[in-house]
Amino acid sequence: MSNTNYLQLSGLEAVVITPGSNFVNIGERTNVTGSAKFLKLIKEDKFDEALEVALDQVRGGAQVIDVNMDEGMLDSQAAMVKYLNLMAAEPEIAQLPVMIDSSKWEVIEAGLKCLQGKGIVNSISLKGGEAEFIRQAKLVKRYGAATVVMAFDEQGQADTYQRRIDICKRAYTILVNEVKFPPQDIIFDPNIFPVATGIEEHRNYAIDFFNAAKWIRENLPHAHVSGGVSNVSFSFRGNQKVREAMHSAFLYHAIQHGMDMGIVNPTMLEVYDEIPKDLLERVEDVLLNRREDATERLLEFAETVKGAARKKETDDEWRNATVEERITHSLVKGIIEYIDADTEEARQKYGRPLHVIEGPLMAGMNVVGDLFGAGKMFLPQVVKSARVMKKSVAYLTPYLEEEKKQNGNVGQAAAKILLATVKGDVHDIGKNIVGVVLACNNYEVIDLGVMVPAEKILEAAKKEKVDIIGLSGLITPSLDEMVHVAKEMEHEKMSLPLLIGGATTSRIHTAVKIDPVYSGPVVHVLDASRSVPVASELISTKARPAFQTKMKAEYAAMRKDHEGRQQQKNYLSLAEVRSNAVKINWQETTFTRPQVIGRKELLSFPLAELRNYIDWTPFFQTWMLAGRYPGIFNDAVVGTEAKKLFDDANTMLDTIISNKSLQANGVVAFYPATRAGDDVVLTDDSKNPVATFHFLRQQNKKAKDLPNFCLADFISDEPGKDYFGMFAVTAGIGLEKLVAHHKANHDDYSEIMAKALADRLAEAFAECLHERVRRELWGYAKNESLTKEDLIDEKYSGIRPAPGYPACPDHTEKKTLFELLQAEQAGITLTESFAMYPGASVSGFYFSHPQARYFGLGKIEADQVKDYAVRKGMSVDEIEKWLAPNLSYK
Amino acid sequence: MKIEDILSERIVILDGAMGTMIQRYKLTEQDFRNAALSSHPHPLKGNNDLLSITRPDIIKEIHRQYFEAGADIIETNTFGSTTIAQADYHLEHLVYEINFQAAKIAKEVAEEFTKAQPDKPRFVAGSMGPTTKLASMSPDVNNPGYRAVTFDQLATAFKEQARGLLDGGADLLLLETITDTLNVKAALFAIQELFDEIGKEVPIMVSGTITDASGRILSGQTAEAFLISVSHVPLLSIGFNCAMGAAALRPYLQVLNEKAPFFVSAYPNAGLPNEFGQYDQTASEMAHEVEEYLKEGLVNIVGGCCGSTPEHIRALATVAAKYKPRPIGSTWAPRKTENSTVTYQRI
Repeated sequence: MSNTNYLQLSGLEAVVITPGSNFVNIGERTNVTGSAKFLKLIKEDKFDEALEVALDQVRGGAQVIDVNMDEGMLDSQAAMVKYLNLMAAEPEIAQLPVMIDSSKWEVIEAGLKCLQGKGIVNSISLKGGEAEFIRQAKLVKRYGAATVVMAFDEQGQADTYQRRIDICKRAYTILVNEVKFPPQDIIFDPNIFPVATGIEEHRNYAIDFFNAAKWIRENLPHAHVSGGVSNVSFSFRGNQKVREAMHSAFLYHAIQHGMDMGIVNPTMLEVYDEIPKDLLERVEDVLLNRREDATERLLEFAETVKGAARKKETDDEWRNATVEERITHSLVKGIIEYIDADTEEARQKYGRPLHVIEGPLMAGMNVVGDLFGAGKMFLPQVVKSARVMKKSVAYLTPYLEEEKKQNGNVGQAAAKILLATVKGDVHDIGKNIVGVVLACNNYEVIDLGVMVPAEKILEAAKKEKVDIIGLSGLITPSLDEMVHVAKEMEHEKMSLPLLIGGATTSRIHTAVKIDPVYSGPVVHVLDASRSVPVASELISTKARPAFQTKMKAEYAAMRKDHEGRQQQKNYLSLAEVRSNAVKINWQETTFTRPQVIGRKELLSFPLAELRNYIDWTPFFQTWMLAGRYPGIFNDAVVGTEAKKLFDDANTMLDTIISNKSLQANGVVAFYPATRAGDDVVLTDDSKNPVATFHFLRQQNKKAKDLPNFCLADFISDEPGKDYFGMFAVTAGIGLEKLVAHHKANHDDYSEIMAKALADRLAEAFAECLHERVRRELWGYAKNESLTKEDLIDEKYSGIRPAPGYPACPDHTEKKTLFELLQAEQAGITLTESFAMYPGASVSGFYFSHPQARYFGLGKIEADQVKDYAVRKGMSVDEIEKWLAPNLSYK
Repeated sequence: MKIEDILSERIVILDGAMGTMIQRYKLTEQDFRNAALSSHPHPLKGNNDLLSITRPDIIKEIHRQYFEAGADIIETNTFGSTTIAQADYHLEHLVYEINFQAAKIAKEVAEEFTKAQPDKPRFVAGSMGPTTKLASMSPDVNNPGYRAVTFDQLATAFKEQARGLLDGGADLLLLETITDTLNVKAALFAIQELFDEIGKEVPIMVSGTITDASGRILSGQTAEAFLISVSHVPLLSIGFNCAMGAAALRPYLQVLNEKAPFFVSAYPNAGLPNEFGQYDQTASEMAHEVEEYLKEGLVNIVGGCCGSTPEHIRALATVAAKYKPRPIGSTWAPRKTENSTVTYQRI
């Protein structure tokens, strides 16, 4: 059974609050006293629209929905029942537990009779005396709900620390001893009052709340603490910037003191770390009552920022322009609301649907293309533009079909580009971005998806009569697969231009390996923005021959240069470099035995926790915005767009977390290990061999005193002393379903965003898990205390190199790794190219030695390849195939 | 001997289907009438609950067969004996009497058996079905806020039924085939009120019905949400019955096994109905499927629902005797499951 001391709630789904849970966010927009908009909808009997408000809360990440109908002009009881019954009929809303919020007992009781799940009553108190309190508490229990208890008694609301704790203690004792109310179902609200009111007695309100929260959590076992946060900033109504800062600073301190649930409007909350330092200081002076003039200083500051808060753009002026201008505006700004209506207007004006596409839509997209080309629009914006474009085309499609039926006349076809991620590889964010950018530039994109075998690419290219083939891949084995596709194209005597792109591809690889095997044009495209000019050169019958000649000559020159440099490089023999291994003083090394020997699964790891470990810098790189997080927000060129993108990402993350649309699973394993040459032999506790990992040693000539690194050097060769760890994590379970939804909506932006976030979460998981490994699971750095920045800068002790990456580039070692981890139990598998599926996965080895460090293997010589083939029991040919990028020879 | 004590020692056997057994008697309208009902203007055939009054001999015979097959607990013939369900037959006024008589005759049979074999005491569970109306769903798709029955109406109806069952001598109350948790919450509310009024309590069993492979009861709750929603009452047991065959119930029993602080029960149908609405699963097939969860130690109480017969119960009893009951309370250890919102433990 679940721990019976946890607060357990339910809607259609279970919600259990454990000590490890994050702050529970209670949605508060469905409250007539707090939202004028909601009140208006209820008063006007617009319950359908009022339900949207609840839905927004669910999608915004609320974990409990507070419903309040207390308004003088309303029949509160009838409105409560009607609204709750309607909520129950919306599965997306009904999944969450409900908080029935009313000061009238009849309304609460009527509400309780509508809930099939276990909800929360908000609230009961000792205000009307003990007898009434006990009667109500007994009924709450009998209806099967938890309850909020206000710090309120016969004398009134508690406004000092002492009164707060006295009342809470009294209420708790009555509830637990007399009513036999489960203590974990009690949620105290010790009253959040406004501060900085200018009234002397109010100065300590926030501190008193914090301390009362702490006292409750320490002295009233299993009870929870909640409160309505927006009260605290009441004196600053109208000044959103200050209010948002106050809310988040208040929450920050309240949570530290044990407040674990609360009524918070997420849209009125600044990120604590992003509150400008001068404002934060003044806010905290007020909250913590740190100085005499705290209120005055905050008021002064407030004057300077008045109205500067996040103002929603409601400027509708542009709606008065011509239809062409409006379409362009929608495309450039990525506004989707009006595009159907404007498209219809244009269709009537232009007569034929095709003329709309070729006229105003193309004109608008040209503006987008020009702005993007000039660096005045950024990728996230372009992707949003594409979404608007697609929506408009989708609107026109039935008319196009109709026209086609009538006269069989189709307009001039755009150039077609086939895109595919090659066989064995599952990564496609970059490819999708290229697809969007090309589509924005009037290319018809045929996207074959991921893991596409060569035959299928060639077959589709012929069938669809495409003009260009574009290949993409992220992992190194994909390079070989691209060579294979190029050879097949040559074999089929094709002459279509071939574009090469993706993270591991390079101009040099394209020049040396791909270009020579295909007589048609081959071009490596560095990033999405370069794809358009390259494609247009290749499409144009006039420009193409010259362009092709130029590219072929360029690549030939690169090959020659490459060959020349190869010969200059100095490599040492395997025997020589082995004698120059890393020197470690094993006598002085402390070995720590991991807590676990063998494997351990971490399934459904909380995404909310992983979120804190996200390294955002690579996220911006994915979207082609250059700069390091968080400094990127201040960048004069991309700052604004980066911030927008970041906000969108966080909104999506909120939804992903609350809907649990992604699942993060991981596996770790640890074994006793002994170095044997450049191998590491793993055993069980009885010294029976379990598996062997094979590593490679740098062979280039080193400066004096620098070793030739090999990962095996970091493991002791004395049997029974040392340990070795490994892991695989994914955050991509559920991604396909999530993405399918966006695909169906022609929403490339959300699709790419979802994938990019899954990737970030997987990396975050690796980071988070590594920390836990250092501190607990292996425990060799129990007292480590590092900031997020330290983690990103790898300031920890020990490393987690990944097979397929510079220190150990051999992807085939993943086979052993995955077998030991039984990673498929966690939903992670390998493709034939040893790419991990789902794509948003990370795996690697753990080395704990403080001298362990990351390095790049570089090129290796034939002698080591031969030796390695023998160690691995594979043929030299096979090894050469897998290690192709690392061979110093051809 | 108290049922709680027996439950901690061994797996307890519940009886099988009542309707399936009644069908064998090929009854006519006359069997559903007695002197008082001779001029009832509405047809009564098919109102099986009425037979406790009009043909108690048949009902007692069926109870006997189940006890002989090895059942520890039999259910009263009162699945539809609420004013809400009996309204279909215009027999609201007879509800108390039906429940009282059903409990009385069941208790008589149970006492016969307990007397004959004192070391195997037999129990009577008052069966309380879901009624014919749902409290948290609208029957009208165009009017999702509408409700065909209210919490208060349900509470009144269940209270009357429970009163009849307890007055007639039921040892336990069994809220079964739950399709809407709000219905059962109303029943639990009413039963607690009744306990307060009569100054006596009996153990309560709760059994929900997972309608299909979505893993949810009809009103949309997951197994875990269902458990949480009824856990405010100290139940004797929680479990699932009806709907799907034994094998299909297993994943949901695993959820209860992991999370429920109560004994766990399962009494599935004898497989799925064929195209004629009949159940073909043989006793040994059913016992084989149930054995899977006995092996895993998922349950404390097993029995049969639609389509099961004394033969099925005999087979279940034989299999169940080989296994230990699910331990409750002490040996629980947290485990992680897929899609779990809650069971994640810090490691």
